[in-house]
Amino acid sequence: MSEIRRRDPRREWIARNRLHRDHVSVLAVLGQGNTPSEWLGPNGVMRRNPHAVGFIGPNGLKRIDRSGGQQGGPATVATGTAASDSRQAVTIEAPAFLVAVVPDMSGGRLSSHDRDLLGLARQLADADPARPGAVLAVLFGSHKEEALGEAGVDRLLHLGDDAYEGYAPEARLAVLAAVERDLAPRHWLLPDSPLGGADLGRRLAARLGERPATGVWQLEADAEARGKNGSGWRCTARGAANTRDFLRPLPRVALALAECAEPVSETRHAAEPVTLAQPLPVLLSRIADLGPVAVDPAGVALAEAGFILSAGNGVTDWEGFHHAAKLLGATQGASRVAVDDGHMPRHRQVGATGTWVTARVYVAVGISGAIQHLQGIQSCDKVVAINRDPGCDMIKRADLAVIGDAALVLQALVTLVEQEREEKRHAA
Amino acid sequence: MRPDPQKSPSLAITVLVSVGCHPLTGRGRRADQDARGVELARALPLAEVRLLHAGVLDAGSDAALRGYLGMGFDALTLIEQPESSDVVPALAEVLADHPPTLVIAGTRAERGEASGLLPYLLAERLGWPLVAAVAEVEGVEGGVATLLQALPRGQRRRLQVRLPAILTVDSAAPAPRQSAFGPARRGQLAVHEVGEAVPDAELVEWVEQPARKRPKRLKIVKAASARDRFKAAAAKAEGGSGQVLDGVTPEQGAEAILKLLKEEGVLRR
Ligand SMILES: Cc1cc2nc3c(=O)[nH]c(=O)nc-3n(C[C@H](O)[C@H](O)[C@H](O)COP(=O)(O)OP(=O)(O)OC[C@H]3O[C@@H](n4cnc5c(N)ncnc54)[C@H](O)[C@@H]3O)c2cc1C
Repeated sequence: MSEIRRRDPRREWIARNRLHRDHVSVLAVLGQGNTPSEWLGPNGVMRRNPHAVGFIGPNGLKRIDRSGGQQGGPATVATGTAASDSRQAVTIEAPAFLVAVVPDMSGGRLSSHDRDLLGLARQLADADPARPGAVLAVLFGSHKEEALGEAGVDRLLHLGDDAYEGYAPEARLAVLAAVERDLAPRHWLLPDSPLGGADLGRRLAARLGERPATGVWQLEADAEARGKNGSGWRCTARGAANTRDFLRPLPRVALALAECAEPVSETRHAAEPVTLAQPLPVLLSRIADLGPVAVDPAGVALAEAGFILSAGNGVTDWEGFHHAAKLLGATQGASRVAVDDGHMPRHRQVGATGTWVTARVYVAVGISGAIQHLQGIQSCDKVVAINRDPGCDMIKRADLAVIGDAALVLQALVTLVEQEREEKRHAA
Repeated sequence: MRPDPQKSPSLAITVLVSVGCHPLTGRGRRADQDARGVELARALPLAEVRLLHAGVLDAGSDAALRGYLGMGFDALTLIEQPESSDVVPALAEVLADHPPTLVIAGTRAERGEASGLLPYLLAERLGWPLVAAVAEVEGVEGGVATLLQALPRGQRRRLQVRLPAILTVDSAAPAPRQSAFGPARRGQLAVHEVGEAVPDAELVEWVEQPARKRPKRLKIVKAASARDRFKAAAAKAEGGSGQVLDGVTPEQGAEAILKLLKEEGVLRR
């Protein structure tokens, strides 16, 4: 670019003449459009020019955007990035105490229950700003979670050994006992979820000789409780088959229900790795995990199935669909149209008037994504859509969408899986 | 017919049973999970099942406990204790006196604190392994039991545990048989004497109240301006977040899907 500044006297004239038709657009071009509508008058009074508010839109009409940004498009982009940057980075160098959390990490990721629990842990850790505590997360086995710090983890103890995979409560308990010995956290928090934290947490409590609070769903600071056992917190715990609440001082070990606290969203934490001081003792496990047992996916209730292959009006080859579901080991679902047309039984219908499903993976084959259907799949983690119409709502919801004929894509998928199994059989 | 002691030693099982609570009427009944535990024990060949309960004996609990007798038992061992005493020492004492091979309990009680801690405390005290959420006992052989454990989402996992062990049963176990009225009336509640009952001092200090309805979580929209809030409230399905494969061959599409299924680990091997 040349260094010479070129002047456009006509433009400058229009910029001075605020009654000119093109005044605002010229100001915008000249980069002076920041405060054309407001200025401080000579007497210290704010002067406004209501005509200069807004900008000329693409169709030549004046547009007024009161969101604060001048232009609609770029302004929202700017706020979007600002929102993601506004999370405050927090590092706690010398924590006064530790709050240990053992998330379930079902499927290798933090579940929403785990996030709530980390939110609860942050409440405990950050209660006294002068003496902040750190949240220590103990993770077992391999995981694919990247945003641990964003969920509120300051310290991370990760044991990726194979010995902790599957059902290994004894090995995991040994680790927690070692953490107790080395790091002596002030609080232990586990999710009260079947087979995850519920099992491990009760073992831990029995080992530590602590009486845990189970089914905790509320936590309040309470000076009275501080006097008694030093925790300074009172919790509300569900008991007696969900019919009674118990208000009690928070013990060292607490097992909390889902939605016990809001997940962390405003801060980012360091998630610094820590290690145990002493190597773990090798222990002989009395419980051996022989691996999962194949269950008939058709027998699994739709509401609790983890993997659903769902058919809609776009499915023509029903034989192929059933075959694909069987081969993939998926539970079958359907849209209302497919059910009404008699291709699928009524109890397979997904949606507002059918079943609300909670699958980890939901594959929608030839389903347009009517709002009644989308309601039913709100809590699914990953949605895959196979559809011919690239503009339909299911594609917007989907994490992965394949545009194409359902029958052909399913057929290709079946062939691919069969091929792979064949190769594996030959290799074995 | 007498079983050969060498070849097929009988399997001593103790099922811990509690007084349940009907979810609607609140009346005493056999606890659902405990009844499932009894059913699980009954289904095992050569099982010698003994029922054990610790607690108060009054009209309500008598009727509830007889519900278990109606599943085909002559007697139930009862450790009589005053209200709100700690049952763990008493149960541990009885179990240590006549150690069975398997102890089966429900996951959580239907009354009181219902913390579900009892089997864990017993396991810790006796030093036995504990397996939670058992759906089926497939077999007992050579001091090892093969079990099916119920996982969430209707899945099952096969485990082996060294005996003696404690198993807990939840609602995934097979449904219990009906309780027959006649045997329930005829059965005996055999009172067993143990040492002094230990009162549960802590429980008395807590405030107990009927369960409050938990507040529904609101979707909090963090937006700086009214425009952003409106957009968040009016937004339909979010676009642009997912990957869209347009104009690919079915094979390429299938490959992408297969990759995702594998990443999520839902595909059966
Ligand atoms: C009160 C009420 C309650 C309802 N409750 C429910 C409910 O609970 N559950 C529910 O599902 N619906 C419900 N509905 C119906 C809902 O509004 C829709 O009509 C229905 O979900 C549409 O089903 P669909 O997507 O299978 O069919 P369509 O809308 O016909 O969509 C078919 C899709 O398949 C695609 N397609 C067609 N051929 C092919 C091909 N060869 N290959 C690939 N893609 C192809 C099309 O592009 C289209 O996107 C309800 C409606 C009402 C009024």
